[in-house]
Amino acid sequence: MAATHLGSYTHAEGYVPPETERKLSLAFIGVGFAHLLVGVLLGFLQGLEHAGIDLYAYVPLIRHYYQGLSIHGVFNVLVFTTYFIGGFLLFVVGRGLERPLVTAGLGWVTFWLMTTGLLLVDYALLTNQASVLFTSYPPLQAHWTYYVGLALIVVGTWLMLVICLRTTFAWRRENPGKRTPLIAFGALATLIMWTLASVGIAVEFVGFLIPWSLGLWPGTDPLLMRTLFWFTGHPIVYFWLLPAYISWYFMVPKQVGGKLFSEPLARLAFLLFIPLSLPVGFHHQYLDPGVSEGYKAIHAFLTFAVFMPSAMTAFTVLASLETGGRARGGRGLLGWVTRLPWGDPAVSAQLLAMILFALGGVSGLINASYNLNLVVHNTMFVPGHFHLTVGSAVALTFMGVSYWLVPYLSGRRLFSRALGKWQPWLWFFGMLIMSRGMSWMGILGAPRRTQLGAAPYFLPEWELPASLTAIGGVMLTISGILFFINLFGTLLASPKSSEEQVPLAEPVEENGHMPSWLDRFTPWVTATVVIVLITYGPTLVRLFGELSFGFPGLRPY
Amino acid sequence: MHIDRYEKMWITLAGALLVVFAIALGFSSVVLGVRLPGLDDQLLPTAAAGPHDIQEPWVRELAPGRYEVNMRARVWNFAPTEIRVPVGSTVTFYIHSEDIIHGFKIQNTTVSLMIIPGQTAKATYTFTEPGEYLFVCHEYCGAGHHFMSGRVIVEAL
Repeated sequence: MAATHLGSYTHAEGYVPPETERKLSLAFIGVGFAHLLVGVLLGFLQGLEHAGIDLYAYVPLIRHYYQGLSIHGVFNVLVFTTYFIGGFLLFVVGRGLERPLVTAGLGWVTFWLMTTGLLLVDYALLTNQASVLFTSYPPLQAHWTYYVGLALIVVGTWLMLVICLRTTFAWRRENPGKRTPLIAFGALATLIMWTLASVGIAVEFVGFLIPWSLGLWPGTDPLLMRTLFWFTGHPIVYFWLLPAYISWYFMVPKQVGGKLFSEPLARLAFLLFIPLSLPVGFHHQYLDPGVSEGYKAIHAFLTFAVFMPSAMTAFTVLASLETGGRARGGRGLLGWVTRLPWGDPAVSAQLLAMILFALGGVSGLINASYNLNLVVHNTMFVPGHFHLTVGSAVALTFMGVSYWLVPYLSGRRLFSRALGKWQPWLWFFGMLIMSRGMSWMGILGAPRRTQLGAAPYFLPEWELPASLTAIGGVMLTISGILFFINLFGTLLASPKSSEEQVPLAEPVEENGHMPSWLDRFTPWVTATVVIVLITYGPTLVRLFGELSFGFPGLRPY
Repeated sequence: MHIDRYEKMWITLAGALLVVFAIALGFSSVVLGVRLPGLDDQLLPTAAAGPHDIQEPWVRELAPGRYEVNMRARVWNFAPTEIRVPVGSTVTFYIHSEDIIHGFKIQNTTVSLMIIPGQTAKATYTFTEPGEYLFVCHEYCGAGHHFMSGRVIVEAL
């Protein structure tokens, strides 16, 4: 008989995960950041290209803008995010549940499986055999290694869920009547949502693109492939965002000397992301013929709905920060803000990421509104938006987390606190300038994912925002380099130290019991399946009914 | 389960704001007539029933001030590349791709379409101001994507 209420679990302050688990997380994070380094450097070239400075001829391996852009997109948002998240989530599950993972060995199998896939992806991209951009829209065709490699990485994320679930079940047997500790709970919600969401891309790649790239299918169905891609392609942004939320809700409050303002609403926000993340993909297909206007409208409203858990997050996280600022002596309406530990790069990076995310959330609502989308669709406005979300809320938060997590995992002191102090601010201002340039250019009609510096139709009114984009891009690149100096310096040249602690925030109200529906996932997964069947079912049945293999692959790059 | 009074107010406010946005969206569709491509847009141009071959690009005047354009997009050009109509004309574009996915956006208008092989993209626009309207491909389609463009020239009467 399942209990209707669950009690709280008390953390043991000094628990340290076994060495093999710490090394595993560090391996994931290291491979992720190595790819981000390449992605950031290519971003530098893109910003300059838009301002008319074409440096591609001087870069080895990179033949043209679009090959560089494909690598920039895949490395930054697929490789870096997934690897960092893998390392971080496996760590928080082990640390949160305070028991060994079941099992670390399976974790290493996962790492090597994914990394085999990653090498295939790297090969295809670096040899200009997969310059199809992150979206991989067929009939544009890539080398089979690209699709197989990405599929292996997705399989790896499923194995992460297996590890996290098995560890949680073992923990529950050992701790009956207790609710899952918060960081582990957040990790589970993230991986459960992602696994449901990844069904679309799994069907697309395994069922269609892999056999097609190997010559087994004569062609593909472009509209069905787009639909399957966006089934996964929007929820994936919450797979990137939720690990940042784990830090914002459950770790940053401790780092600023405060407490989590509301445990039940924090749990509810994570749970709401499971059903609400999925039925939103058509907002990427507003301008596609062949998808009905009615279902597009439904997805538009549901995209607004998925804004709600983020609106809740804004309140809870800010209120939690306020408890910290006041505990540190802050007074008055806003006096607590200045008392937050802005000098700690692990904190300031994440606070600045939150501010940028507020702007990113608002521009996301513009994209989701289908009337406004007519103006901004596929323009530079869109990268102006997502560099504030995945490029700031996510990437800058992951950098902030790394400022304490990498020293903790490696047992070494942070290489340079001074560099760390400047780096987040440079990212912040660089991003404000670049994103402003991009959004402005987009509203003036400049298409995205286009080698604008070489476009014969480049309009004079795009020149000023293109310059802002390039200036911001240079600032971001410098900030990125400062970060990587610190990261590699910590790993390779820093003295041993075991000073770092894992920040685990306690809730303000230690109310002992909480309804079990705030700690159990089955009802939320069931709701997700029902909502997806309603919002996607009829369209998918029709598209599969009209399935055609009529469009052969083309590699015009 | 206790929820702070201010937090309840915040959640209510955020929800109300989204309801306002949703109403604005509904209003723009129902009252202002903002249309997205849908299922009923997978149509053949009306003039295709006559002497005009769907495979060939053409511009046809259906009636005074009403034009129909049958446009072909492929790597890396649009055909026709230049379209001339008198000011005040209502033009319906039917665009299809024979190879890969392309995009179609006319600057300073609300015309923006995805051109997906196997589907016909359709949009209608009334050009009330004379001048040159640049259109570009806004979906990546290979190494020459940034060359793919054309013009609607709206001539003063």
